[in-house]
Amino acid sequence: MEWFLRNKVWATTALLVLVAAYAFYFVNSNIAVSMFSYAWFLAVPLVLGAMVGVIGERSGVVNIGIEGQMLVGAFAAFFAAAATQSVIIGVIAGALSGIAMGAFLAFTTVKGQLDQIIAGVVINIVATGITSFYYESGKTIPRGLPNFDVPLLSKIPLIGPVFFSDGPIALFALVIALVLHVLLFKTRWGLRTRAVGEYPSAADTAGINVVGLRLFNVTVAGTLAGIAGTYLSMEATSTFERDMSAGRGFLALAILIFGAWRPMRALAAALFFGFMSASASQLQASNVVDIPQQFINLLPYVLTLVVLAAAAGRVRAPGAVGQPFVKGD
Amino acid sequence: MTDTQAEVHEAGRSRETLLEIEGLSKAFGTVRANEDISLRVDRGEIVALLGENGAGKSTLVKQIFGLMTPDAGTITIKGDSSRIKDPKDAIRRGIGMVHQHFQLVPVMTVAENMMLGHESTRSGMLDLDGARDMVRELSARHNLSVDPDAEVEDLPVGTQQRVEILKALSREVDLLILDEPTAVLTPQETDELLGVMKDLAAGGTSIVFITHKLREVLSVADRCYVLRQGKVVGGVDDLSSTTTSDLASMMVGREVVLRVDKAEATPGETVLSIKDLHVRDDRGLPAVDGFDLEVRAGEIVGVAGVEGNGQRELVESLAGMRPPVSGSVHLGSGADAVDITRSNARDTNNAGVGHIPEDREKHGLVGGYSIADNLVLNRFDEAPFAKGFIRDFGAVREYAEGLRTEFDIRSPNVEAPAASLSGGNKQKVVVAREMSARPRLLMAAQPTRGVDVGSIEFVHRRIVEARDAGAAVLLVSAELDEVLSLADRIAVIHGGKVVAEIAGKDADRTEIGRLMAGDSDSH
Repeated sequence: MEWFLRNKVWATTALLVLVAAYAFYFVNSNIAVSMFSYAWFLAVPLVLGAMVGVIGERSGVVNIGIEGQMLVGAFAAFFAAAATQSVIIGVIAGALSGIAMGAFLAFTTVKGQLDQIIAGVVINIVATGITSFYYESGKTIPRGLPNFDVPLLSKIPLIGPVFFSDGPIALFALVIALVLHVLLFKTRWGLRTRAVGEYPSAADTAGINVVGLRLFNVTVAGTLAGIAGTYLSMEATSTFERDMSAGRGFLALAILIFGAWRPMRALAAALFFGFMSASASQLQASNVVDIPQQFINLLPYVLTLVVLAAAAGRVRAPGAVGQPFVKGD
Repeated sequence: MTDTQAEVHEAGRSRETLLEIEGLSKAFGTVRANEDISLRVDRGEIVALLGENGAGKSTLVKQIFGLMTPDAGTITIKGDSSRIKDPKDAIRRGIGMVHQHFQLVPVMTVAENMMLGHESTRSGMLDLDGARDMVRELSARHNLSVDPDAEVEDLPVGTQQRVEILKALSREVDLLILDEPTAVLTPQETDELLGVMKDLAAGGTSIVFITHKLREVLSVADRCYVLRQGKVVGGVDDLSSTTTSDLASMMVGREVVLRVDKAEATPGETVLSIKDLHVRDDRGLPAVDGFDLEVRAGEIVGVAGVEGNGQRELVESLAGMRPPVSGSVHLGSGADAVDITRSNARDTNNAGVGHIPEDREKHGLVGGYSIADNLVLNRFDEAPFAKGFIRDFGAVREYAEGLRTEFDIRSPNVEAPAASLSGGNKQKVVVAREMSARPRLLMAAQPTRGVDVGSIEFVHRRIVEARDAGAAVLLVSAELDEVLSLADRIAVIHGGKVVAEIAGKDADRTEIGRLMAGDSDSH
């Protein structure tokens, strides 16, 4: 109740959306399930990407290299799986490559004090370069990550088939958003992370190791980017293509802002984007309106612009984001 | 421990040495910030560290708190002279510090800030209820009321400082370091703080207190050390027989004129006339509420008032930084009067208004620019500093060198970034720039805030010189002493309007204090 009063707008919106979704479901359950499933399918890498951003920026480090980190993750996962013909090894390789990319950003910017934007751009360029150079066509993996039903939860009408009979990474994305929310706002790690991202010198004088915490967070966040990439090449599809992250890392940054640097709101924002894209496809497929495909594909990006323009001024980034921390300054 | 030992211990309690520093040195490059410093603090004592800006006081206490490592010398806390590794180590050994710039996370609540760094958890989750209780308990014990659920950024400065003090006290401190704690406080808040300090000392906490304000030293400290150019140049063990001018001359190494010598003013024609001015503050609330004032050439009009009574908005509005809601501001008199009510900052400046802003870091200087560029910030695109749209760096440098000498800006050269200067020297850069333009009206807002004694004297003398050269001067200051010593006429501001105008020579401290507090209607 208290929570509801503090989050009136969000809680009401969520409730309305839920009611509308179920109304849709009762009108036409097949289309509703397929549209929402597709929306979630599109949203998964955005959620994971936004969580990378949440962890980084809440600690004070901008990560515009999410795009590149994802791409390397997709690449590493696919080709490790193809080389070993083991799906498990593919997933592990995707996650490990993420750690490596996260560590690169962490050590160059936090330790080396390289400009965070430049480091992110470097990651994106290097990612495109490496994944194109070592790309080999004609490789296959034994199979993608399989979908499975979560006991009980998958039986819930609408929500069950949409969220609880997916692949493991989709489920992981849902869980990680919830877990990260709790971690960030209810635990010691979260309090310290927020302090370090808002006002690092206050954290420093309170005896918190600012540099250490930033290194740790940015590196761990990289893992999520690697897993988001793995989703692209091993769960959403079973193939790797050049530049297959296709701007999702940047879209994740927009979602991060729209979600006001909060995991649960970012999850909601990602779903919103997913749903918009899914609606566009649905419109196209149903031939209700005759709009060229290109315009429909533009929709999510135009929406990004609109939403960001609307969010600007309403949301506030962590205070120290983008600033390197120098002790004793 | 036997009874006799306990008694001896008890008797020696007031003399127990808590902190002892020997031969401490710290250099930054070629600058010796601290040189061979030795001092001692006993339990339950309030020790003041006095010194000009750049004398090395902050460097000294940062080393005690583990934020910097000394190059040489030892710091012994309760008999332990091992190196203080970091703030955590310092906190563990019973040292608490309230920094000049508050170390609070603005978007977090008081309780969250208090627990930061030593959070207690219950099954992995933060124990926020426990933190709230701790805040309530501490604030009751020390008689410092704060709301544990308030967000820090919403609190007034004085309350934020209370949170800082409580934060330090929450960790069993034996020694509390206060770095210029009164710089940002109103007179009332200052008195309150001094009271808190005395209570804490009576309870056995030792306090090291950094300040420029001599009166505070005399009213609260037991002993004081005076630092100059990184060295301890003196100390006073019995402050009861000392006067402020004794302390001031120790600080700067010569006699300081705290009273400003000035001749009788000879006011000329009206330069500034403000009529029924209304200005809103950042939150859109009325801050200046029907303000009327005239300032004539050759006089200094001081605006005295408790901070937050519209002074900031008034100055910003006059300087063209904040458009007023209604009213008028004219520069000059009669037919030549220019309406600057809605002029922007640049037009206002070009019309002959010099502005020494309250916040020099934000509105007075561009920290990353060189001293030279800062000195021509209002004229960089005019001859002789530019030919057409090409800047003439030679002319700028030459001019800046001249001002550096004239205004005694202490820096090896004019190419150094302004941010590298000490507070007093930054202020000299602003003063030099604004005064060298020979303005008809000089507005000085808190011109000596956070400035060392030597620079205060200098700035004051310059303001009087500007007056004598025929400028109208509007001085806005929260330091009543400053207004009293400089102003030829005093306008007391309360609730955004002038509640009284008094001739400077007739001014009575208590009377003005009463008016500042808004006590005019009841009489």
